[in-house]
Amino acid sequence: MKIYIRGIGNISPQRTFDNDEFLDEVVNHEGNRLNLVAPPYKEILNPRLMRRMSKIIKMGVAAAKICLDESEIEMPDAIIIGTAMGCVKDTETFLKAYGPEESSLITPTAFIRSTHNTVGGQIALLLKCNQYNFTYVHRGFSFESAVLDGILKLKEGEGNHILVGGVDEMTDNSYLIKGHLGKLKPELQNSLDLFNTKSPGISAGEGSIFFLLSNQENEKNYAELSGLFMVYKPKSQTEIQMALQHVLKPKDLELKDIDAIIIGKNGDQDQDALYDEFLQEIQIDVPVLGYKHLCGEYETSSAFALWLAAKVIKEQNIPKSTIIKNIDKNSGMKHVLIYNHYRSVNHSFYLVSTCS
Amino acid sequence: MSQDIWVTGMGTISSIGLNVEESYASLLKGETGIAPMRYLETRFKEEYPVGEVKLSNDELKHIIQPTTPIISRTILLGAIAAKEAVKSAGIHDPNEFRTGFISATSVGGMDISENVYQEYLTNGTIDDLPYMGIHDCGSSTEIIADLLGINDFVSTISTACSSSANSIMFGARLIKQGILERVIVGGTDALTRFTLNGFNSLKIVDKEQCQPFDANRRGLNLGEGAGFIVLESDALVQKTGKKPLCKLGGYGNTNDAFHQTASSPTGDGAANAMRKAMKIANVNPQDISYINVHGTGTPNNDLSEGNALMQIFGDQVPVCSSTKAFTGHTLGAAGGIEAVFSVLALQNQAVFPNMYLDTPISEHNFIPNQEFRHHEINHVLSNSLGFGGNCSALLFSKN
Amino acid sequence: MEAFAIKLKEQIITHLNLEDLEPDEVGLDDPLFGEGLGLDSIDALELIVFLEKEYGIKIENPEEGKQIFESVNTIAKFIEEHKKS
Repeated sequence: MKIYIRGIGNISPQRTFDNDEFLDEVVNHEGNRLNLVAPPYKEILNPRLMRRMSKIIKMGVAAAKICLDESEIEMPDAIIIGTAMGCVKDTETFLKAYGPEESSLITPTAFIRSTHNTVGGQIALLLKCNQYNFTYVHRGFSFESAVLDGILKLKEGEGNHILVGGVDEMTDNSYLIKGHLGKLKPELQNSLDLFNTKSPGISAGEGSIFFLLSNQENEKNYAELSGLFMVYKPKSQTEIQMALQHVLKPKDLELKDIDAIIIGKNGDQDQDALYDEFLQEIQIDVPVLGYKHLCGEYETSSAFALWLAAKVIKEQNIPKSTIIKNIDKNSGMKHVLIYNHYRSVNHSFYLVSTCS
Repeated sequence: MSQDIWVTGMGTISSIGLNVEESYASLLKGETGIAPMRYLETRFKEEYPVGEVKLSNDELKHIIQPTTPIISRTILLGAIAAKEAVKSAGIHDPNEFRTGFISATSVGGMDISENVYQEYLTNGTIDDLPYMGIHDCGSSTEIIADLLGINDFVSTISTACSSSANSIMFGARLIKQGILERVIVGGTDALTRFTLNGFNSLKIVDKEQCQPFDANRRGLNLGEGAGFIVLESDALVQKTGKKPLCKLGGYGNTNDAFHQTASSPTGDGAANAMRKAMKIANVNPQDISYINVHGTGTPNNDLSEGNALMQIFGDQVPVCSSTKAFTGHTLGAAGGIEAVFSVLALQNQAVFPNMYLDTPISEHNFIPNQEFRHHEINHVLSNSLGFGGNCSALLFSKN
Repeated sequence: MEAFAIKLKEQIITHLNLEDLEPDEVGLDDPLFGEGLGLDSIDALELIVFLEKEYGIKIENPEEGKQIFESVNTIAKFIEEHKKS
């Protein structure tokens, strides 16, 4: 069975919510914090229903809606979300409301919304979708688990159209806490310069990116999602290479069949060294693309890479702003490989191919 | 080779026992774990009884001997139950076959991080910064997986009060699709001030012992704990010649899509989840011998869930009971703990009492089972329902 | 009394985050729950806390709220009655 990406909704620190654009102009963010470029929510969502939506719910529901609209699917057969941190803002609001003295004069709204499956539940509520509804919350495997579940659903014959999304929000506090934990790159002036630094630390991002996975051929399809594999705490480069084979082998592909590679470099020199080792090991002469200078580092950012891969395949075009290593290639691209790892712990590979 | 999924081990910890044996003894004797709060430091200490695990964090640490000092109660409880499950399944080398660990939690490391976070939000200072690193749900899974030595596959699910039923479901599906050969699945949640204040703001916490399915029920008691089971593929069970405890025959997840927190009056979501589980297991409603219902004791849940049962079973509702009067509502761990209870029901051919039920709900045409008794059991349904309209049912069957 | 009810209406709109509503769209006797404004049980809890915070009036039993929260006027009446005592 082939699994296709039928439609996408991408709300990120770039102007990606408009599917007609493909990084035509890139947004540079000051410093190491990449905030969402929000779409006009009021044009996408019913204002009456927005009153109980915090930022993450708005970005989640809106991206899902953009994705479903583009896919021309009104009712998905499953809604599956990956969100490592869930509804951070609502969690903070509720923590603040009851406080150390545990005031009884508090309302339940923030508590209700702080539940990790709020975005999935809200999408179901809006669509009146009674189908399967799951939320994965596992660090750098949150989005991967959601995609894997979507693939399982299609393979089980439990539906034809599965809505899968990766959603994580940044708040002032979560950004500051990242800074305290020493994870941010202090000297970064412009987010787009991320790859020109050689130091520890990352830039922080956020996003809400949805895909409609389908088992049906359709002229709207972006690409085939032809492989996904996760590795937890690999002990060596050999183990990473073995994982790569898990993605290529089932499709009878070899390294030489890969036309472009998207890697998850985030600017942290120690974490990025793993990507260099990986590229060193595979030794193939293809374009290498980066994306975290565009969306920042966060747990479900691999969804941005999947968007990039699907777009590259569909448009047969590599946006200049994503190129780390340039090899002239703007046609005949059949297979794009994604390799991402989150904090050297959660490693994942995706393979995205042309539909035919 | 069949597609059967076998349960080969289990482990649990809750207010009614530190392991499976103790828990069964409490279920048999009808001893509730609901008691005045001892360990959670909160303004509500005198006000609300809870289903607390009767050990301090230091005592829990003594049992599990964690390798890191940065640890939450959620992790400690989860590690103890998961270790028991692995041991009872006779797994010596987790890397011998492709093995996964899928946990579920609704609070993650919140039992500690809520204090650190609140201090930060009010004073802008963090003394215990490392604890923010285990605030998220996934960190608890990784620390437990590392303690168990499992690294082939890890994942975490959080769908409020149905979380661990869903991790069991995901594990079973991964085995069916040949991605894993065996998997440890379930969930863990510790008591926190966060959830206590949250449910208090919803005005659904009972100040006395909760009374699920009683006409005069007032609300739920919060509890804590963990429950994990080991699932193995048919091929693996054939290969190792292991004698399984029972079969996980079916599972279903649906969304009520009615309200962010409340269940629909008709209980459509819960009914559809049970129907789905029976369909996958290829079992008819009349074959169900026992239902471990979600039965939290809130006015809304019990009425709606009972209506869901009547929707499917008509006037033939099988023997059923809520065990929440024993354990309290353990939130993200409830599905895992009650999966263990369901396996115990099959193993011992016994049904557990729905304690403290005095007056049945007049809208229902059935009365939950009120005493421990032996009974022929072939198929058990276990329901877990959560915020966000999340409804799950698991179906366990005799070998 | 009517002036008070109008002020109360504005407070409720802000408190419940009904941003898209103009105060004129809500009649003082319009039903707030169900078919009317479409408020639900969570809004009822929000209103209970609002009354306690803003007017120092405590509603112990959420069930009691049902009658009190029928419309802006019934809430205004309830507040008037309980403020003095």
